[in-house]
Amino acid sequence: MSFQPVKFYQTGTFTVGNRLLAPEERSVQSSPRRFNSLNSGHRACQGCGEALGARYAIDAAMEAAHGQLIAANATGCLEVFSTPYPETSWQIPWVHSLFGNAAAVATGVAAALKVKGRKEVRVVAQGGDGGTTDIGFGCLSGMFERNDDVLYICYDNGGYMNTGVQRSSATPPAARTATTMAVGDEPGNPFGQGKFVPAIAMAHDIPYVATATVADLRDLEAKVGRAMEIHGARYIHILVPCPLGWGTASNETIKMARLAKETGIFPVFAAENGVVTEVLKIRHRLPVEEYLKPQKRYAHLFGKQPRVDVIARLQALADRNIKKYGLLDGGAN
Amino acid sequence: MDKPFAITLDPGSSLANHTGSWRTVKPVYVDRLPPCNATCPAGENIQGWLFHAESGDYEKAWRVLTENNPLPAIMGRVCYHPCEGACNRQHVDAAVGINSVERFLGDEAIKRGWKFEKPAAKSGKRVLVVGAGPSGLSAAYHLARLGHAVEIHEAGPFAGGMMRFGIPKYRLPREVLEAEVARILELGVVLKLDAKVADIRATMTAGGFDAAFLAVGAHIGKRAYIPAGDATKIVDAVSVLRSMEGEDKPLLGRRVVIYGGGNTAIDVARTAKRLGAEESIIVYRRTREKMPAHDFEVEEALQEGVMVKWLSTIKQAGEGEITIEKMALDEKGFPQPTGEFETLAADSVVLALGQDVDLSLLDGVPGLEIKDGVVQVAPNMMTGHAGIFAGGDMVPSERTVTVAVGHGKKAARHIDGWLRGEAYAPAPKHELAGIEKLNPWYYSEAPHTVRPTLDIIRRQSTFDEVQGGLDESNAQFEARRCLSCGNCFECDNCYGVCPDNAVIKLGPGKRFAFNYDYCKGCGVCVAECPCGAIKMVPEEI
Amino acid sequence: MLKQCEGSHAVAEAVALCRPEVICAYPISPQTHIVEGLGEMVKSGELKNCEFINVESEFAAMSVAIGSSATGARTYTATASQGLLFMAEAVYNASGLGLPIVMTVANRAIGAPINIWNDHTDALSQRDSGWLQLFAETNQEALDLHIQAFRLAEELSLPVMVCMDGFILTHAYERVDVPTQEQVDAYLPPYEPRQVLDPKEPVSIGAMVGPEAFMEVRYLAHAKQMQALERIPAYAAEFKAVFGRDSGGLCHTYHADDADTIIVAMGSVLGTIKDVVDEMRAAGHKVGVLGITLFRPFPIHDVREALHRAKRVVVLEKSLAVGLGGIVATNVRMALSALPIDVYTVVAGLGGRPITMRSLHALFRKAEKDDLDPVTFLDLNRAVVDKQLAREKATRRSGPIAENLLRDVGVVAAKIA
Repeated sequence: MSFQPVKFYQTGTFTVGNRLLAPEERSVQSSPRRFNSLNSGHRACQGCGEALGARYAIDAAMEAAHGQLIAANATGCLEVFSTPYPETSWQIPWVHSLFGNAAAVATGVAAALKVKGRKEVRVVAQGGDGGTTDIGFGCLSGMFERNDDVLYICYDNGGYMNTGVQRSSATPPAARTATTMAVGDEPGNPFGQGKFVPAIAMAHDIPYVATATVADLRDLEAKVGRAMEIHGARYIHILVPCPLGWGTASNETIKMARLAKETGIFPVFAAENGVVTEVLKIRHRLPVEEYLKPQKRYAHLFGKQPRVDVIARLQALADRNIKKYGLLDGGAN
Repeated sequence: MDKPFAITLDPGSSLANHTGSWRTVKPVYVDRLPPCNATCPAGENIQGWLFHAESGDYEKAWRVLTENNPLPAIMGRVCYHPCEGACNRQHVDAAVGINSVERFLGDEAIKRGWKFEKPAAKSGKRVLVVGAGPSGLSAAYHLARLGHAVEIHEAGPFAGGMMRFGIPKYRLPREVLEAEVARILELGVVLKLDAKVADIRATMTAGGFDAAFLAVGAHIGKRAYIPAGDATKIVDAVSVLRSMEGEDKPLLGRRVVIYGGGNTAIDVARTAKRLGAEESIIVYRRTREKMPAHDFEVEEALQEGVMVKWLSTIKQAGEGEITIEKMALDEKGFPQPTGEFETLAADSVVLALGQDVDLSLLDGVPGLEIKDGVVQVAPNMMTGHAGIFAGGDMVPSERTVTVAVGHGKKAARHIDGWLRGEAYAPAPKHELAGIEKLNPWYYSEAPHTVRPTLDIIRRQSTFDEVQGGLDESNAQFEARRCLSCGNCFECDNCYGVCPDNAVIKLGPGKRFAFNYDYCKGCGVCVAECPCGAIKMVPEEI
Repeated sequence: MLKQCEGSHAVAEAVALCRPEVICAYPISPQTHIVEGLGEMVKSGELKNCEFINVESEFAAMSVAIGSSATGARTYTATASQGLLFMAEAVYNASGLGLPIVMTVANRAIGAPINIWNDHTDALSQRDSGWLQLFAETNQEALDLHIQAFRLAEELSLPVMVCMDGFILTHAYERVDVPTQEQVDAYLPPYEPRQVLDPKEPVSIGAMVGPEAFMEVRYLAHAKQMQALERIPAYAAEFKAVFGRDSGGLCHTYHADDADTIIVAMGSVLGTIKDVVDEMRAAGHKVGVLGITLFRPFPIHDVREALHRAKRVVVLEKSLAVGLGGIVATNVRMALSALPIDVYTVVAGLGGRPITMRSLHALFRKAEKDDLDPVTFLDLNRAVVDKQLAREKATRRSGPIAENLLRDVGVVAAKIA
């Protein structure tokens, strides 16, 4: 089912719940009986976007699968902070193998379930951007092209955060990381590099590809729900801000995701069989500075000698997204 | 299952790790004071009653409202709604139409015959209330609910005070006024009409009253010296408006000049129009920006054809005409005569230059302090004489119905305390819920609902109510525009956005609690609470 | 049932009889025919209740196997050489997680330079990965070991590598006795996992273990593997009872009881060695053979038992510990510690270099006279080697070694100017 936002009712469907809406119109997260697939006690940083995104996505998947779900996790922040011996925060069956093989492990899990006739049990693979766009890319592409019955969820915070904030192919241009320091003529991550895996997923013609953020919970849940209606290879790419890596305050996580979407930096859309089917429109458009300023990883663009040229290039990228995906009301032009 | 050592773990094992130990600051749920509540002169819990209106519990909303103010149908018509001026929603799109919703609830109560709950016990004390205007009625209401025996002595033939004798019918229909007064009287309040109090102490002794609340209002129109002939008809606005309640309507002629710039001047000008005046002209010595009358009333008057002579004073009045002098504002904003004159045809001049209080009932009462024509009162609304309290237009105040209602409530509480021998101490106010504490992103786009207005022709010729009310769906829509500033409305955001699942949902109506065992103090809940009902406080070690 | 077929085919049939549930593999010579055979059986419906997955790399193959095995499915894959190295991270991961995957390694040399022919370097590079390692001597043994491997893996919850010489066994046509389904079912019960991913009983598999518990985890891995030393003989005995032949076991001796000189080896070369020993015994030489079937865990006790009466031991291995000498030899020396027995390392057959009876005859005679260096490279072309060493000493830009040697050895391409 596609998400029909409820207009008005005080907060409509912008908030997690709404006492003026019938319970079935509220989010999965609003329910006191939500699965809490990723429970308390994990060691994520304060305000971790990935911890939030993971609970959002997996709870929604569990809801759709009536609790019959197995997850395969790549090495990374999510895995490390959730399962340090002797504690695990996962309430669901979960396996961690290696950094680059989450998609392949999930393929194996799905195959085993199929052979055993356990049709009702669904499979999710998850990893950060490093484990998905770089080291895990081969296995990801293999899972896509075989159309294995796996939903792959990528939590994109734009870098290898767990190892100390190094650059990945998902790191945005001009961002400071430990391997693209803010020094020299072209400080931060170079322009002209990087890959947008959702587009690559679409090029595989898999049944469902979507992007989402932790600031748009209802949209994220609807996308997971829609993905779970489909059997075959599916990919959801969630933007999850990282206070540590981005240099933002721990309470700004959701605000940063919101700004990424509202500036056009991160397009939020869904596609089926390679064709874009829905777009989450920008509500109140903002210039990219609003997104860049609160982040220390872009601090070198401001200050005594602001890099107006770099900001202009980033604005151009945002403009391109807005045009390409039709992120403003009035459609794509 | 035979789990390999250390490699495979049981679910729930992370709960042993109390990450709450990481915190240096922690979130706490707070109730902050919404700016509407803070600004309401009657101290209404506006956010509180809007909350119930949002879910369609109109009777519950009305009861929460009338905890503080017994006259919502009247308020919804005559209050100048400073609440809307302070409403945080104006920073999103436009203020919530609080006044419209209040009127809807008041009208609903009248329609459905909702009654006030009688007090549980009688105190055995008797309190005299002088004046059945908004202040007196409000005091009587609160005192009766606190269990006291109340008797109102009203000088006029009807209850209502300025609501009856000052505010025209087209703003406040008399049926509405009478219904809300009657409901107060049903609490057992005794009302004596045509019973002007000449000597307060004598009346108190004669009636065996333990305390008195004086709310006689300011019903004496100020006059200015204008050279005039005998035949010239010069009257004061208060008398004109009062006489509208009588059998014989005032005869003002075809050309009426009203001297003054306050709301009373506007009321008289618009009344004159309805009485058939061809020309109804306000003469005011300064400019529109400086006019004390509320601008929307000026606007309505102008729409109805009332004319205004700005920067003008009346030099003299002759038979059938007056001479006015043009004024100019000096650098300090004060009007100065220019020496230029103009003649206006006028059948009558109505002076709307302010009102004075009839303080004669206080003659001989020791301990009182009277200054600038009004009685000084302490913060507990008591005059200098023990047991005699006062409020409304007869004490220093901004002279509106709502302020008067607020005085009545405040005085009633202090009287109640005084009668029981303990000082009434109001609860300390919560921190203000300013817009910077909210996260307006979460509120849906919703434009302000405009109330229907009577067409111009009817406005010029009849005394039908000019501004209509909202129907139920509109009223509910308007109520739902409320941001619930500073007060949790169970949107589940904190419960949803906590990355550590450290918020416990207690159930509908019970709000939430923090699980401090796991809360890391990240503050996302505070940032994403739409209404600013959470704040971070330093953790104590 | 007796059959004349390719070694790969025999293995495919054996694996199929074991009722595998998930088969995933990436093609690499010389394992391809095994997986092709299984793939065809699945696709035609001959092998039922089995998912066959064409993966995009060997790393993916082992990863898919991990996921499948963790979900309780009997899982099989096959690889060799470069492929084994490409999946190395996952190989360690599978044993670390304790997953009973069975994998055929069609032993092949490791590049550079690229070489597709047989030696044992690939499997032995993973000897410390925590997998059990079995080496088949014949096609029949290769077939039989796969059946035993599933039993062993699932009982211990450890993965098992069944090694068979690439091309020499995989592509050779021999007569084999293919068991019946009933026999295999009698020997190999359905897979009962010790731990499994199941929503009915959620667990988190693959936690991060720090210094406080890692020693213990690794000790347990070691201790668990050691249990194989008792199980394997038991399983071999059981195998004989069901299938009627000796197969498997820890190691086997041949004419070793009274031998002064014992040759130790693994895999198909044992056949050649036994033929030479037969001839030498006939000529009165007291020589014998020890064939090692189980390389990991290394059967120290049984090896010592077999060798301790000999005067000297020659370890003939198709592997090289660069910078040291022998791999198998080093393991054998550990078994013979404190015993006054000379152990000679002979590195032979690397990259598929044929090991001839003539060379072995000469070698063993030299051994008997203790006329061997501690480490010998069998049939080494000394001239070519010395020429390259001189070349490198003379010129800095001496060029790629492989091309130089090929030119010196005189292969066809070198004749083009």
